Order: sequence, then C-alpha cells, then structure tokens
Amino acid sequence: MNNLNLKEIMNKPERLAPGHRMCAGCGATIGVRAVLRALHEGDYAVIGNATGCLEVSTYMYPYTAWEDSYIHNAFENAGATLSGVETAYKALKKKGKIPEDVNYKFITFGGDGGTYDIGFQSLSGAMERNHDMVYVCYDNGAYMNTGIQRSSATPMYADTTTTPVGSQSNGKMQNRKDLAAIIAEHDVPYVAQTTLTTDFKDLHRKSEKAIYTEGACFLNMMAPCPRGWQYDTSEIMKICKLAVDTCYWPLFEVDHGKWILNYEPKKKLPIEDFLREQGRFKHLFKKGNEDLLVQFQQEVDRRWENLLYRCARED
Amino acid sequence: MPKKDRMSGNEAVAYAIKQINPDVMPAFPITPSTEIPQMVSSYIANGEVDTEFIPVESEHSSMSAAIGAQAAGARTLTATSSAGLALMWEELLLAASNRMPLALALVNRTLSGPININCDHTDSMGARDTGWIQIYAENNQEVYDNFIQAYPIAEHKDVHLPIMICQDGFITSHAVENIELMDDDVVKEFVGEYEPEEFLLNPGKPMAVGPYAISAYAMEARKNQEIALENSKDVIWQVAKEYEKISGRKYGFFEEYRTKDADYIMLIMGSAAGTAKQAVDELREQGKKVGVLKLRVFRPFPAKEIAAALSRCKAVAIMDRCESYNGNGGPLGSEVTAALFRNKVMIEAVNYIYGLAGRDFTVENVFDIFAQLDDAVTSGTEIEQYQYIGLRK
Repeated sequence: MNNLNLKEIMNKPERLAPGHRMCAGCGATIGVRAVLRALHEGDYAVIGNATGCLEVSTYMYPYTAWEDSYIHNAFENAGATLSGVETAYKALKKKGKIPEDVNYKFITFGGDGGTYDIGFQSLSGAMERNHDMVYVCYDNGAYMNTGIQRSSATPMYADTTTTPVGSQSNGKMQNRKDLAAIIAEHDVPYVAQTTLTTDFKDLHRKSEKAIYTEGACFLNMMAPCPRGWQYDTSEIMKICKLAVDTCYWPLFEVDHGKWILNYEPKKKLPIEDFLREQGRFKHLFKKGNEDLLVQFQQEVDRRWENLLYRCARED
Repeated sequence: MPKKDRMSGNEAVAYAIKQINPDVMPAFPITPSTEIPQMVSSYIANGEVDTEFIPVESEHSSMSAAIGAQAAGARTLTATSSAGLALMWEELLLAASNRMPLALALVNRTLSGPININCDHTDSMGARDTGWIQIYAENNQEVYDNFIQAYPIAEHKDVHLPIMICQDGFITSHAVENIELMDDDVVKEFVGEYEPEEFLLNPGKPMAVGPYAISAYAMEARKNQEIALENSKDVIWQVAKEYEKISGRKYGFFEEYRTKDADYIMLIMGSAAGTAKQAVDELREQGKKVGVLKLRVFRPFPAKEIAAALSRCKAVAIMDRCESYNGNGGPLGSEVTAALFRNKVMIEAVNYIYGLAGRDFTVENVFDIFAQLDDAVTSGTEIEQYQYIGLRK
C-alpha cells in the first residue's frame, strides 16, 4: 500500500468508459474513475447510483458507460438498494448459485443531495446494518443536477439558487453538516474524507481500503462542480489543493473507531485563498463584507481544531 | 399428503413462504402484517429456511432493497400494510417498470386519517395503477393458495412483473380458520427454482438497471410493460389450472357463486364475499334469484370477462371497500361500469361503499342492497347510483 506505483495504477483498464455526458472539469467523474481503479483486477463489482448528474449522464438508454453491473433505482435509496444487492449475493453464495471463486464488491455513488439529505435515512440504515459495501458520496456542496440549489453540504455564505445573494442576503445562512463524523458515529469499520489530490494517492488508498474492508464503509469525497462553484474547468486540481491546504477539507480517516489525520499542511493557508477561486463566494470579497470572511475562517478553524482533538485522542 | 390444520391468514402466508424458501426478504413492521416478517425471522433463527432477512429502517427501504435483491438475481419478497405501502409508492412503480418479479404479501388496512388499523382496501387501491398484479383472497385457504401461485405468475417470461397477494387485515390475517396445507416438496416443485435470464450477479455478463430514457424511448418501455400486464391474464389462468392439479382447488379471475340464473349479482372482493354468500344462500331459500361475483384478480382487470358474467342479470351491486374521492364512486365502481359500457351490457349498476376502516359488513346489509336493486328494477324506483352502506344514522 505504501509503495503505490502511480503509473501502474493509472494504466489500469477504465471501468467507467469515455463517452458519458458529464461536464468538462467535473470532479465527480474524475473521482469515480479513481475509486474504480482501486478494484483489484479479476474482482467483479456491482455499482449503485443515486439519481443525480452522474446517473443521468452515464446510463442514458440504450448506452451505458459502466463496464461493471450497475443499478440506479431512485434518488433517496442508493443505500437500501445496494444493501439488497449485497444481501442477494450472500443468499446466492450460500445456495451455491455463484461460484465460490467469484468475488463481487459493492460500491454505490451518490451526490450530497442523495446522501446528506434525501437519502440520509437509507444511508444510515445501510451503514447501521453493516452491509459489506462502500458508499461514496461525491460532495459538490449543492443540488447541481437540478440547478445549484443549497443542500446541507453547502458551506455557509455560498451563493446558490435557493440561497441567492441579494441586497438582504449573503447566501446560505447555515453551516454544513459534518457527514463523515456522523457516519463514523454509526460505528462502521471505516470512514474516510478525501478529495482529488495531484498524485491521487489519498483517494486510491482510501478507496482500496474501503472496498477491501469487510462491512459498511463510507467515503466522503469532495468533488468540485464547475457550474455550481463557478471556476475555470482547468482549475479543478488547484481548487482541491487549496481546500486541503486551507484545512477547509481535511484529509482524515476513522479506522475501526480510531481517528487518523492523513495530511497536515506545513503552512495552513488563509481561507480566502480557497474562496477567491470560486464565483459562488465573490460577494465575500466586496467592501464591507470583511467580517463574513472572518466568520468563515473561524468556522474552518473550529472544525480543524475539533478534528485535531479527535485524532490526538488515545484510545 | 396434504394435511389439515388451522391457522391465521398471516400464518398461512408465512407457511407458504417457508415452503417456497425465497432468497431475500427485506421488511419493516406495520400492523396488521407484522407477524409475517416475525414468523419468517423465527424460521431463519431455527434454520428452517435459507432466506436472508434485511431488517430495513422503513418500507421505502424495504421495497428499494427488494428491487436491488431481485435485480441481483435473488427471489425476493416483502410484506406490508397501509401506510407502509403508501411509503413504498415510488418504489412500487420502479419494481414494475424495472420488470422485477418480486412478491408482496399485503395485509389490507385503511390509510390515515383518522389513523385506524382496521381493514379496507384503500392501501392496495391507491397502488392500483403502479403496474403490479393484484390478487385478493376471501379466506386463509385462498391467501395460502394465491401466495404459492405468485412466483410462477410473476416470473413467467411473458410477464416479469411484481405481484401483490392481498388479504383483509385482521378479518383473515388474524382469524384462525381450517386450512389444507400441501406437502413441502409439492410446493417446491410447483414453484420451481428462480432462473433469471439477466441479473446483476452474473459473472462476465454485466447488466445495467434503471436507465435514464429520453422521450424517444420511454414511451415504448411503458407500452411493453402494459403488454406484459395483458400477458399475465393467460399466465394467471395457466398457473391456476396447474395449481388445481396439485391442490384440487379451482381458481380464475373471479368466482361466480349462484350467478347462473341470478337476476341480481353482488360484485365484491376479499373477505366480505363470505358474508355476501351467506346472505345469498338465505335469499335463495326464499326463492330470490341472487348471486355473488367474487373478484379475485383486480390487476390485470378482467373487464371483458366481468361484463360477460354480468350480461344475463338485471342489476349489479358493485361493492367498493374504498373511497376514491373522485366524487363519482369507488375504484371498482368506475372500472366495472366502464367495462359494462364498453361491452354494451346495459344493466342497472349501483356502486356501494362499505366497510371502511373496519366497519362491519353484515348479512342484513346484503339483504338491503338486493332489496334496493329489486325495487329499482321491478318498480322503476330511482336509485342512487353511488352510495354508502352501513353508515351510522
């Protein structure tokens, strides 16, 4: 695991074929391909998917971009649907209907709408029942498929179509939900927060760990959306790096209850560096809104300190 | 050898499940169907079945997980009632449109409000246009027999549709009656192994389920689904014929009870048919030509067959254990009158709403209804075409 050969990993056959209809510069597609690269060759997979951009753009009848078996059911039930698939696997294996040497893995993808919000109950149920599956949330911080409405993953002060900035509004009024922590509190074997880093090692390692750890595992993967965040499509990797280096999106994992910090920037950058790149925060840089930036920084710091505390705790 | 026993309707369904030994059962408790997943859980706990039970956190998730399991290649079922079925509604449509031949043991209960746990058909009637096959039972023997026929109908290659086996909450689900049970091996052979043509867990042959389809394709998918439902009519007949061979019990779209020379027929579904038959027997002794048409298969709706069966009578009382709030009658009232009109059977057809939320339906109610029909036909008295029976005065 420590000696990841990036070139070798990147040259593995793609399990999400090109030709799908996702936007250029979309973090979800890049992230999904990276997760699937963590599947060992020879292993089969069933991919689940909540309704969202990823689903409507990758499986449009009569074409599918998925090389593996794939099931989309509805918006709010990716957790429950894949728990049915995984249970069927157990039942059919027990009856000898699937050869013993055949190995299936179960991975489901959902956006933050399908995961943090409408699919939260279904996700919580699947995690608590500890099905042998991985739920990957590609968190782009709003309902992008329906046109950039706020979600409980949207950060405070973001400009969305249901929290528009106006003369009486500075965007979203509430902080975002800390979903990785909430799922960790389900006492599942493995939870990790990750995003697209330049070497892809963090995402690859965590995907592999989640896929090959028995039981319910959860990955919260920040996946920027060029339409919703309003950045230049070529800037995606820079934005991800700034999210990590400002500690807006820390990289950590919770392995069988143990909180582990995976990356601590040598120099924690000010949150402005991350926000400045995105059109959804441009009102924060207007004269008179300096206090909003201060508040944003305070919230990032509070969460970062909280994470450091959790990771420092000896069990 | 078949064995005589006595059990409740829920026990009868659970017993059929044990004999079939399906692969996966996700379920969430709700009165009055709760006993079914409880009993299956006990079978599992005692090693009597191989079934994997998923204790989901809601009925929406039970139907979602059922779709996942069935798509994966497992024979799947669930059980529910009332609000549980209502919560599943979106997923009922997906089970049917994804052509999943899974089974649902429905124990009919009314919907809120006011909240009430007793029987009427509001729950299944609310799901009548979701694409499911719906079969109703008068008593415990019938719900047992219907459940054993469920998979051979649903899984037939010309059908591939989900099936709802309905029985009346408490009236049959909790009442203990005599029943004849078949041998396990006879049931197993009748139901057979589930061998799907395409499924998710088919190594080397991946499958994709649940596409987005643009307008250029989606309408054909709907039409194909409609054709499958029409196909199920023949299959329901074939399966009933085969079932008669092993059980000696005869089934069809409906049962015609003393209707041959009847002037007046009561068309009714579920346990209340027993009450109607009792009343008919008493009226026949007084020389009244009355009969009962007990509808067993509501979806697909056997419109032509119903019209033909009613074509020789003078009037029909169409009994709905459900209000449909269209201002014009209950669901059976609308569909049966449409069937009569389309097949040019121009008889008096009166729609009665009865037994809502567990209100008793009595032999006296049946006497009153037949008396009304007779009055209308013989004296030409104007009759209210859509009315409630058994309301408090």
